[in-house]
Amino acid sequence: MRKLGGIKLSHHKQSENCQSVSLPLPEKVRIPMSMHIGAPCSPLVKKGDTVMVGQKIGDTDAFMSAPIHSSVSGKVTAVADYRMSNGRTCKMVEIQTDGAQAVCPEVQPPVVTDKESFLSAIRESGLTGMGGASFPAHVKLSPKQKVDTLCINAAECEPYITSDYRQMVEAPDEVVDGILKTMKWLGLPRCVIGIESNKPEAIRILTEKTAAHPGITVAALPCTYPQGAEKVLIYNTLGRIVMEGQLPADQGVIVMNVSSVAFVSRYLKTGMPMITRMVTVDGDAIGSRCNVIVPIGTPVQKVLEFGQCDMEKAKKLLYGGPMMGVSIGDTEDPVLKANNAILAFSEAFAKKGAPKSSACIHCGRCISACPLNLMPPDICRAYAKKDTDALGQLKVTLCMNCGCCTYVCPAKRPVAETNQFAKALVMASARK
Amino acid sequence: MGLLTVSPSPHVRSEMTTQKIMLMVILALVPAVIAGTVVFGPRALVLIVFCALVSMMTELVCRKLMQKENTISDGSAMLTGVLLALNLPVTLPLWQAAIGCIFAIAVVKQLFGGLGCNFANPAITGRIFLLLSVGSDMTAWVKPFYYLDAPVFGLFETSGSEALDGLTGATPLATGDAGLLELFLGNVGGSLGETSALALLIGGIFLIVTKIISPAAPIAYLGSLGALTFVWSLCTGGEMTDALYALLSGGVILGAFFMATDYVTTPITNKGKIIFGIGCGILTFVIREFASMPEGCSFSILLMNLLTPYIDRFTMTKPVGAKTPEKEAA
Repeated sequence: MRKLGGIKLSHHKQSENCQSVSLPLPEKVRIPMSMHIGAPCSPLVKKGDTVMVGQKIGDTDAFMSAPIHSSVSGKVTAVADYRMSNGRTCKMVEIQTDGAQAVCPEVQPPVVTDKESFLSAIRESGLTGMGGASFPAHVKLSPKQKVDTLCINAAECEPYITSDYRQMVEAPDEVVDGILKTMKWLGLPRCVIGIESNKPEAIRILTEKTAAHPGITVAALPCTYPQGAEKVLIYNTLGRIVMEGQLPADQGVIVMNVSSVAFVSRYLKTGMPMITRMVTVDGDAIGSRCNVIVPIGTPVQKVLEFGQCDMEKAKKLLYGGPMMGVSIGDTEDPVLKANNAILAFSEAFAKKGAPKSSACIHCGRCISACPLNLMPPDICRAYAKKDTDALGQLKVTLCMNCGCCTYVCPAKRPVAETNQFAKALVMASARK
Repeated sequence: MGLLTVSPSPHVRSEMTTQKIMLMVILALVPAVIAGTVVFGPRALVLIVFCALVSMMTELVCRKLMQKENTISDGSAMLTGVLLALNLPVTLPLWQAAIGCIFAIAVVKQLFGGLGCNFANPAITGRIFLLLSVGSDMTAWVKPFYYLDAPVFGLFETSGSEALDGLTGATPLATGDAGLLELFLGNVGGSLGETSALALLIGGIFLIVTKIISPAAPIAYLGSLGALTFVWSLCTGGEMTDALYALLSGGVILGAFFMATDYVTTPITNKGKIIFGIGCGILTFVIREFASMPEGCSFSILLMNLLTPYIDRFTMTKPVGAKTPEKEAA
């Protein structure tokens, strides 16, 4: 079967053999009330309150959201405004740790007897998609459509990042258990685990571990970025096309990140909500690359120090990978639920990543690189004219900002960025 | 730590640049430059370097006058100069070559906005401009290796010079009497860079292997021209080798690999490139067989350049998961 394309990247998976370690407890954590797609939570605590590990500190009535829990025990020192990387502002709870890490008595293994109790347990766990998009898991797991397949995203196609890989090789049983529980409670007969073939060890282990479960298959996927993009993954593992405006559930699929299902397994056993996550620390300014388990809300600075980052050298910091990761502007910013990596790069890297652009030479590399066959040069021209009809016909709303087009552009034009502007323009005009 | 760079993703870029692409194409032309110099003597090299310099100077002056950023370093002006020179007869006076370069860069390229904005291939249009304005000098062909018998290796002899009496000849396209092997190697009269099919093929294959160009347009162009000529030769009782002769003589190989693959002035998708190539093939065939001029390569590419926006329009890709309007209505 023809696979959806993309581009070849240098993998830089140098941290793949770095056994996960726990970060020393930071002195304070700053936990934003919006770490997911959907409605932000309202803080449930106020300045001066004492909180414990796993205590719920933010929640909302909105369906499209996920509660937020304290990753430490200590005292709330502030509930303040926090500006997120997308420019919006949300509330943020700052907690001074007391070092005791006393666990909240509410943290008890959930009683799951049916689909409904499973879904409410998932909601209470605060799980949001750990691959990067941070979509509330309980929403994803309760589609109105009829679904038949669970698709596990273990592609980990972004360079540098190995946190999913470490999860798979260090605790494959959690992965398998999480898959089985999810399949059981949602009544899904089938599961496919998509792994890029640059992770033969993970493919081997999971193939072995799932051999006894006929409903689960492991698919070795080609190492083309963006293999882990939802639509690409679904097509390349199942041959189904998620049409424009559709969700994977419309094609009968639920996609979950491999670390997310492993979390489901841990949560059902212990009841400990989502308060830590594994983060790959790498980049050319990092002295000692590592995979580190970080309490949510830990300042990036602490993680960088742990990785012996050369602070003089580091000129560009990223949440996530170099293709879709978000620049960090302040080392005091916290580690969020969706951060699978913190990368620190030198000035040379920063300069190369933001080059001077020149005229489009119509070479068509962006079109060949686009996994969804979009036509960025035409989109760019239509956007320059603010022609929303043309942009609609060019299907710019399908663009998932994977960045392949910008990566390959020999004129170094901000192609994907222009697509995002065009997308916003189309969406704004559709709302009118 | 100082200030951090904050920029939108992606944060890494490929190593390929516009400048590298242009330099690769110039590199791919080196075999043709060498072949031209061997067959037509040192004046060929002088003309190539001269055209490259004039083109670059023109680009520099134009950008200065337009108060735009200097783009000479992208290499595209140099490439236009080299390509145009390869399309000239070796005995063309330098001032005429200069006019061709100035026209190509100033009128065809910069007046339309510079690199990426021109609708026609500057080198091709420059050649056609010269063909129409100084036609006799543009079609004054010398015999291969004429320079061995000319004073100072023919360095200072231009067309019409008495010293070249007896050293001139027609292009094999007009006479139709050259051997196929001679055509393949380039041991025939013609423009200084178009004669050696071998040298041009080496460059073309280099560009395809390094993925600078897609093979779609050259294959479609050469394939359709070859097929049409073959069928025509069957119909008119010509020889079986007419098709090969048609491909190897004139500037078709140079045009197919280096002009019909110009990014800016040819369609962007592979489907479009194939249509473009077939169009060039048909037009070249028609011009050669039925029109009053022997060579149709330049005109066919120029005409197809004009059609490129329409070809692009009708060969747009279908995005994965895009709903067609009918489905939306349903």
